[in-house]
Amino acid sequence: MASPLKCDLCDNSATVHLTQIVNNKVHKVDLCEACAQAKGVTDPSGFSLADLLIKASLNPNQDSAAHRALRCESCGFTQGDFKKHGRFGCPQCYDTFSDMLQPMLENMHKGPVHVGKVPRRALDRKQLQDRLTKLETELQEAVKAERYEEAARYRDEINEVRQTVS
Amino acid sequence: MTIESLIKSRSELTGAASAKCPIVLMTRIRLARNLSAHAFPGWAERDERVAVLADCRNAIAATAPMKRSLNIAVEDMNPLQRQILVERHLISRELSGSKQGSGVVINKEQNFSVMINEEDHLRIQTLRAGFQLKKAWNAINALDSTLEETLNYAFSPRVGYLTACPTNLGTGMRASAMMHLPALVIAGQMEKVVRAVNQLGMVVRGLFGEGSDASGSMFQISNQTTLGESENDIIKRLHSVLQSIVDHEINARGKLLEADASKLFDKIGRAYGILQNSHQMSSSEAMNLLSLLRLGIDLEVFADSNRATVDRLFIEAQPGHILHAAGKDALESSERDVLRADYLRQEFASFDSPNFKLNGNN
Repeated sequence: MASPLKCDLCDNSATVHLTQIVNNKVHKVDLCEACAQAKGVTDPSGFSLADLLIKASLNPNQDSAAHRALRCESCGFTQGDFKKHGRFGCPQCYDTFSDMLQPMLENMHKGPVHVGKVPRRALDRKQLQDRLTKLETELQEAVKAERYEEAARYRDEINEVRQTVS
Repeated sequence: MTIESLIKSRSELTGAASAKCPIVLMTRIRLARNLSAHAFPGWAERDERVAVLADCRNAIAATAPMKRSLNIAVEDMNPLQRQILVERHLISRELSGSKQGSGVVINKEQNFSVMINEEDHLRIQTLRAGFQLKKAWNAINALDSTLEETLNYAFSPRVGYLTACPTNLGTGMRASAMMHLPALVIAGQMEKVVRAVNQLGMVVRGLFGEGSDASGSMFQISNQTTLGESENDIIKRLHSVLQSIVDHEINARGKLLEADASKLFDKIGRAYGILQNSHQMSSSEAMNLLSLLRLGIDLEVFADSNRATVDRLFIEAQPGHILHAAGKDALESSERDVLRADYLRQEFASFDSPNFKLNGNN
């Protein structure tokens, strides 16, 4: 350890080192004196490591031009907006920014995959939506390959699924 | 029902004396939920927020637990009314200061509240007096499932309920208990407890959440992570952490009594005297004195039947409640301190005298 650790929030050298163990995973945060004070690390009444981990895990090498140009189709939210607000613009953003999000989630949570309650209707809707997308691709391919009988079958199926959705 | 009739009626926290218990004052669970086809409240335009608010207010009002409820937009409440709801833990500070298109639905018993367009479209919350994690989860789980019948939740099979902030992703659940830990505070062990609790993936906060101080030796302890663990497992883990904090507090009380019982009883007796006789009292002094009386009840210096009164006063001695009881809407804090002292003197005029004999200490 030749070079001293740098603070995760600014460029001063870190003198406060926090370690939290969640589910046998070690999370580390290194802070300088001033940031530790500001974040209430030394205050017993309120301090949440998660907030710090969010910022620490947004590591700069991901911040390429391609990432910065990424924009949510549904709400116009950008990665820059996320850095500024720490919150997303709409549910669709979770798909748009999933590459950036994945490493953050692993740091922030017990695991990267949901294992709790599943809302029945939302799941049905999602499955129907996925099926619709798949059928539409198959329909296009069938038309392109001039397999018209097959295409007609896909079209009927799509109409059927559409009716269940609405 | 109207906001004024809600304020006048006794809430879960100021009424239900039967479920009161030492150390854990209340249990709270909240679920963050969002609608699939809308931008999150912080990013949505005004019109979209207004539309979401209207849809959600209707859907919530149609559920059985919210049949008799206050159903109101934030902009239709004055600042004092909002503050009172914050002091009762029924809305957050964030909601009370939110822009147009936010609202809340609170049932008559004041143990369910659903905030609309806070950080997420919906923050469904239940409050229970005492240590009731399992009951609270069953209640809120049922309300959530009923709401899902009519609202299209944003959900991904992979990462769960989609929330504005990724720290709430997955279950969207924050379960917490409000704990009264005077002996750990007196013994200077709270810092150690906070560190240990943090290491276990739980968070400790003051009485009114993030950034608030811990006057009255009140702490909120909740789960930090929401993804990768089921609701039941989170609750089980939180329960065992809370139980071990309860054990530590009981232990610390035993040690304080053993080391110097008269010092502890002196504090309790003086707190009683001040509450009965003061003419100016800040809210943080009131919290600290009430905390000592609550400890006195746990140590059988006062009868257990007084617990409901003390727990009620923890809320009624807050600034908003004091103003409202006096029929004012704004005062200098020094004038408020006089009103607070008046209010408490009146309450404690008929309060049981302390009985230190039971503890072999005359």
